[in-house]
Amino acid sequence: MSRFLIPAAIFIALVAFLAIGLTLDPRKVDSPLIDKPVPQFSLPRLKDASQVFSSDDFKGQISLLNVWATWCFACRQEHGVLVELSQQQQLPIYGLNYKDERPLALRWLRELGDPYTATAFDEDGRVAIDWGVYGAPETFLIDQNGMIRYKHIGPMTHEIYQTKILPIVKQLQETRI
Amino acid sequence: MISLLALPLWLGAKSVAEIDPALQDRYYGLLGELRCLVCQNQSLADSDAGLAQDLRDEVVKLLEQGASDREVLDFMHSRYGDFVLYKPLVQPKTYLLWYGPFVLLGGGALLMILMLRRRKTVSDTPLSEAEQEQLKQLLDESQDAQTKDNDT
Repeated sequence: MSRFLIPAAIFIALVAFLAIGLTLDPRKVDSPLIDKPVPQFSLPRLKDASQVFSSDDFKGQISLLNVWATWCFACRQEHGVLVELSQQQQLPIYGLNYKDERPLALRWLRELGDPYTATAFDEDGRVAIDWGVYGAPETFLIDQNGMIRYKHIGPMTHEIYQTKILPIVKQLQETRI
Repeated sequence: MISLLALPLWLGAKSVAEIDPALQDRYYGLLGELRCLVCQNQSLADSDAGLAQDLRDEVVKLLEQGASDREVLDFMHSRYGDFVLYKPLVQPKTYLLWYGPFVLLGGGALLMILMLRRRKTVSDTPLSEAEQEQLKQLLDESQDAQTKDNDT
């Protein structure tokens, strides 16, 4: 009896590991930037190149930073959600326009609506590298001290906003009081 | 039309010939150690993704600024996490990965020593009288069986 027990135990352990492995999404790579301050940067704004958008603009409020581009298919998919979220006015949403062309990006905002309080124009994608961006769209949650608290990779949905982002926002608001 | 579409692909991309020959070996070595996040089964050297090109340019820039190999790897690790490194760091999370094989090897060796030792003690002790009697009986029985088989 016991000579079958050990192989059976090893087999069950193996199956358990493989089952866990199957449920993991290899495209979701944990960001090392969580609970770290936002990377320092300073970029021209999309709508007015003479104005600057910098990492200091995140201080003093909880906000979202959404990385998007007109060439990014899933960004079009999530854009409506961002517009609706911006109308609820719970959090300011900032944009990081990633490796895009200014006229195309401006037309996109004109046609689909502009949910962004301000958008930084990262033409060569250098700032996005500091943010560890590897696939737009990505959305970061930044707290009032300019610390990154959460990162969502892929299109934003109402469900993710309600279940992942809002609970952290509530927690952050409570700790401030 | 096709050439127009291809334009952004080679614009800004640095050709290998432009890299200082003294840095090229280190450049290729580093690219082989870094995983592309877009095409996850390719290294930075293999991948054609736009981000991989940008990161290759970044590696060149860092090397030209005099960064060490360690500093280049740290640069990528601090932005993209453990996943970019093909060679995992030694940390509590990866102890099983790094030391597990040695634990198994040691356990196996220990088991083998124990088994060999046990077998040796069995063969060393001479048979007791009772055992010899039993042996004789068994041999007789098998001989009887054989002669019976031959009869039929």
